[in-house]
Amino acid sequence: MNAPVLENEQKSAAAGAKIFPGSDSRSYNYYEPKGRRATHYEDVTVDVQPDPERYLLQDWIISFGDGVPTYSKDWTALKSSDWHRYRAPDQEWERTHYQRQSTICGMIKNVIDNARRAGAPKRFDAAWVKVLQEHLGAFKHAEYGAGTSLMRAQRYGYTQMVNNAILTNSSYKLRLAQDLTLYLGEIALDIDGFDVDVGKRAWLESPIWQKTRELVECARGANDFLEQYFIVNVLFEPLIGELFRSGFLMQAAAPQNDYSTPSVVSAAEADYERNLANTVELFAMLVADAEHGEANRRVLHDWFDKYQPIATQAAMDLQPIWSQPRVKSAQFAEAYASAINRLQAIVREIGVFATQVPMPGLETEPAE
Amino acid sequence: MTEALTLNKIISQKGISISEATRLIADLGWTPSYVQEAMHFPTDYKISKTPKDPMKQVLRSYFPMQEEKDNRVYGALDAALRGDMFRNVEPRWIEWMKLFLAIIPFPEISAARSMATLGQLAPGDHLRTGFTMQMVDEFRHSTIQMNLKKWYMENYIDPAGFDITEKAFGKCYATTIGRQFGEAFLTGDAITSSNIYLQVAAETAFTNTLFVAMPSEAARNGDYALPTVFLSVQSDESRHIGNGHSMLMSILKEPDNHLLLERDIRYSFWQNHMIVDAAIGTIIEYGTKNRDKNKESYAELWHRWIFEDYYRTYMLPLEKYGIKIHHDDVHEAFDSIVKKGYVHKIAQFFSAGWWANFWRIEAQTERDFEWFEHKYPGWYDEYGAWWENYEKLSKPGSQLITFADTGYVYPHRCWSSLVPAVVREDFCVDEVDGELFTYASEVDRWTHKEAFAAEYQGRATPAMGRFSGRRIWEDVYDGWDVADAIVDMGFVRPDGKTLIAQPHMSFEEKDMWTLDHVRGNTIRSPLKALRELSPQARAAHIEEYRKGFKIRRI
Repeated sequence: MNAPVLENEQKSAAAGAKIFPGSDSRSYNYYEPKGRRATHYEDVTVDVQPDPERYLLQDWIISFGDGVPTYSKDWTALKSSDWHRYRAPDQEWERTHYQRQSTICGMIKNVIDNARRAGAPKRFDAAWVKVLQEHLGAFKHAEYGAGTSLMRAQRYGYTQMVNNAILTNSSYKLRLAQDLTLYLGEIALDIDGFDVDVGKRAWLESPIWQKTRELVECARGANDFLEQYFIVNVLFEPLIGELFRSGFLMQAAAPQNDYSTPSVVSAAEADYERNLANTVELFAMLVADAEHGEANRRVLHDWFDKYQPIATQAAMDLQPIWSQPRVKSAQFAEAYASAINRLQAIVREIGVFATQVPMPGLETEPAE
Repeated sequence: MTEALTLNKIISQKGISISEATRLIADLGWTPSYVQEAMHFPTDYKISKTPKDPMKQVLRSYFPMQEEKDNRVYGALDAALRGDMFRNVEPRWIEWMKLFLAIIPFPEISAARSMATLGQLAPGDHLRTGFTMQMVDEFRHSTIQMNLKKWYMENYIDPAGFDITEKAFGKCYATTIGRQFGEAFLTGDAITSSNIYLQVAAETAFTNTLFVAMPSEAARNGDYALPTVFLSVQSDESRHIGNGHSMLMSILKEPDNHLLLERDIRYSFWQNHMIVDAAIGTIIEYGTKNRDKNKESYAELWHRWIFEDYYRTYMLPLEKYGIKIHHDDVHEAFDSIVKKGYVHKIAQFFSAGWWANFWRIEAQTERDFEWFEHKYPGWYDEYGAWWENYEKLSKPGSQLITFADTGYVYPHRCWSSLVPAVVREDFCVDEVDGELFTYASEVDRWTHKEAFAAEYQGRATPAMGRFSGRRIWEDVYDGWDVADAIVDMGFVRPDGKTLIAQPHMSFEEKDMWTLDHVRGNTIRSPLKALRELSPQARAAHIEEYRKGFKIRRI
C-alpha cells in the first residue's frame, strides 16, 4: 500500500483548506427539515427512495408486467397531498436500531441466564407453568404474524420514511417472537415435562386464541399495506398485545414465583410505544390532509368498523386465561378496560372518530 | 496443581442448541385458515420445496453482532478525523465517491424492500430469519452509506455534489445506470428480480468488485473511511449469498423453472457486468492516483473474483442440475474488459460529458499513461490523445470536449442496461412493437426483445417486468442548451453560476467553469436522430458507428 503524502499544507483536501464557490455547502440541501435543523435521521433517510416528484427526471424506468411502476401511490386506499412530509417520531436509522435491539437482546439474555442459574424456573408455580406453556406459547405466533405482515408492508410505501418506520416495526416484532420462542425453549430445559409444542397447538386449535389468530391473519392477508399497519398497531397491539403482556403476564407472574417472564416481555411494551408514535403520526397526518383528510378518515373508519369487532372479541376470548393462575392477582375486567381506553386514546389522537368502543359488562373475580 | 477454573466454566449452563433454536423459530409459521394471503408479488416460477436456512443464526445473536460491527465503523471514522485523513486524501478519489455514494443507497434499500417478496414467496418459514436479517442489513447499508456521504461532505475540501446527492441521483446522465440496477432488484417477476438478479448475480458475484476491490483502491488513495464502512457491509453479504443460494436450490427442484432460470441467470449476469463493471471499473482504474504496477488491474480483479470465484465455482456447478449456462457470455464479458477496452471507453464517456456530472473528473497524466500501458498494452495509442485533449480543454472558456473536433462520436445508449454502447463493434439495433431501439450488444438486444416480454420461447411470462419511463437521458434534454440542462438538473453551486462539475482538481475560483462558459452548445439525442433517418441512411450510420473512431490531437 502506498498512501500518497501531499507536498504541503496548500494541497490539503480537508474542509476549509480553500475558499471557493460551494466550499461551505456542508449540509444536504435538497429537502426541507421538519424542524429548524435537519436531524441525523432525516439526513440518512429522506429521499433515498426517489419518485417522479422528487427527483426522478426519467420517471421509474422498470415496471411490472401490468404496467405498474416500481412504486405506486395506488397501493393504499389512503391518499396524501404530500407523502414526503412524514417523519417517524422515533427517528430510527441503522445505528440507533442496532443499539436498541442489541441492548434488549443483552438484557433478555442476562435475565434468562441469571434466572436459570438461580434455579428460578423450577420454582414457578405448576399452574403458571401451564399458562406459559400454552398461552405465552400461543402468543408468540401472534407476534410472529404481526412481524411477517409488516415485513411485507414495508415494500409498499411511497417514501423512504414510511417504509423504514414499518421495517423497524417488523424487526421489533420478529425479534420479540424469537425472544419468546427461545425463552420458552430455555426454561423447558429446567422444567420437567414442559412441552414447547403445546403453544402452537393452542394457537391453531384453542377457542381462546382463534379470534386473535383471525385478526392476525387479517393483518397478513390485507391487500393494503397501511391496512396491515393499522390492524397491527391500532387494533392488535392495544387490544391483544398490551392486554396480554401488560394486563396479564407482567402483573400475574410475580405471585407465581416468576420474575423472568415480565422482563422478557417488557421490552415489547417500549417497542410498541415507539411504533405507536410512528403510526399515530402517519395516520394523523393523513387525516389532517387538507385535500384528502375526510376521505382518509372514512377509509380508516371503515377499517376500524371491519376489524374492531374481531379485535374486541379476540380480547374477550382471552378472559379465561386470567382465571388459570393459582394466585390471581390480575383482573381481566380491569385490563380490558385499560385496553379499550388505550384504543380510544389512540383513535382520538389520530383524529379519526369519537367512537366509543362498546364496553361489555364483565364480571370481576376477587383478587387473592 | 488442580485444573484451572475459568469464569466460563463457573457460569456455563446447558443452553438450547442452535439446531433446536432454529427448529422452534421455523415452527412459528402456520398455514392461515381464516384469511388467505393473496400472492402480492407476481412470478412465473413454481416454488414448492421449502428452502433450508444455511446460516442458522437467530436475531438474539444477530443484533449484538451488528452493533459491535457498527461500533468499529463509527470508531474508525472518528479516528480518521483525529488522524487528519482529509489532509492526505486524494481529491481525484473522493470526487468519484460523489457518484458512487449517490447511487448505492437506493439499490441497498431496494434490496431491503425485496425481502418482502422472498419472505412471502418462500414456502415454509425456515428462511424467514435469513430474509429478516437481510432486510435489516440492507436498511443498515443504506443509512450507513448516507452517513458516510454526509461525513465526506462535512470534512472534504469540496462538498459540492455531496450536498445535492439524492436529488442528483434522480437526474444525472450517469446515475441513470444505477437506477436501472436498483429498480431491477424489486420490479417485475419477483424471483427474477429479488433472487436471481439481486442475490444470485449482484450479491454473490459483483459485490466482490463493489465492496472488496474498491475499498482496497480507496485505501491506496488515503481514504480509510470507505474500506471501514464497505468491508463491514461486505461482511453481511455472505448471509445474503446463503439466502440466495438456498432459494435457488429450492427453485431448481422444479424442472418447469429451468427455462426461466436460464433466461434470468443470463440476463442478470450480463446486466450486472454492464452496469457494475462500467461504474466500478471506471472508479477503480480512473479514480485512483496510485499507479503501483504490482497491484492488480480491474481486468485482473475481474478474472479473480468473477471468472474464477463466481463463474467456475458457482455458475458452472448449476449445469449438473440441468441449467444451461451461457459460457460464451462470461468469456465475452471478460474479453470486453481485456480486449475491447470496455472500462476505458466508459471512462472516456464519463469525461466527455463532465459538465453533466455533479463531481469533478481530472485529466489522466503521464504517470497514469505509463500504468495503463503497462497493464493494457496499446492503451496509449487508443486513449492517450483523448486525455491529452481533455487536459488542454480543462481551462474555463475552452471548447467543451464533447463538441470539440476530436473525432469523438457521442455514443448511443443501450436500451437495456442504459450504459452507452461504447464497444462500437458490438452495437446493434432492433424493433420492438414497431419502434427502433439501440443496444450495446446482442445480449442486451435479447434482454429487451426476448427476456423482458410477455412470452418467452412460447411460454407465457406475464409476471416479467417491462422497461418503461423516459429511459434515455439524452431524449429528455434533446435540443436543450447545455447550460439550461445543468440549471434544470440543479448542478450549479450556491453562487448560482459556477458548475459543480469541473474538468480538473483546482480549487481556485479563477479556474472554475461557470454556466457562461458552457452556454451555446446543444444536446442531441442519438436515438431520436437515428429514428428520423431513412432506412438506407440508418443502415449507413450503423455501419459507420460500428467502425468506431480515432481521436485526433487538438
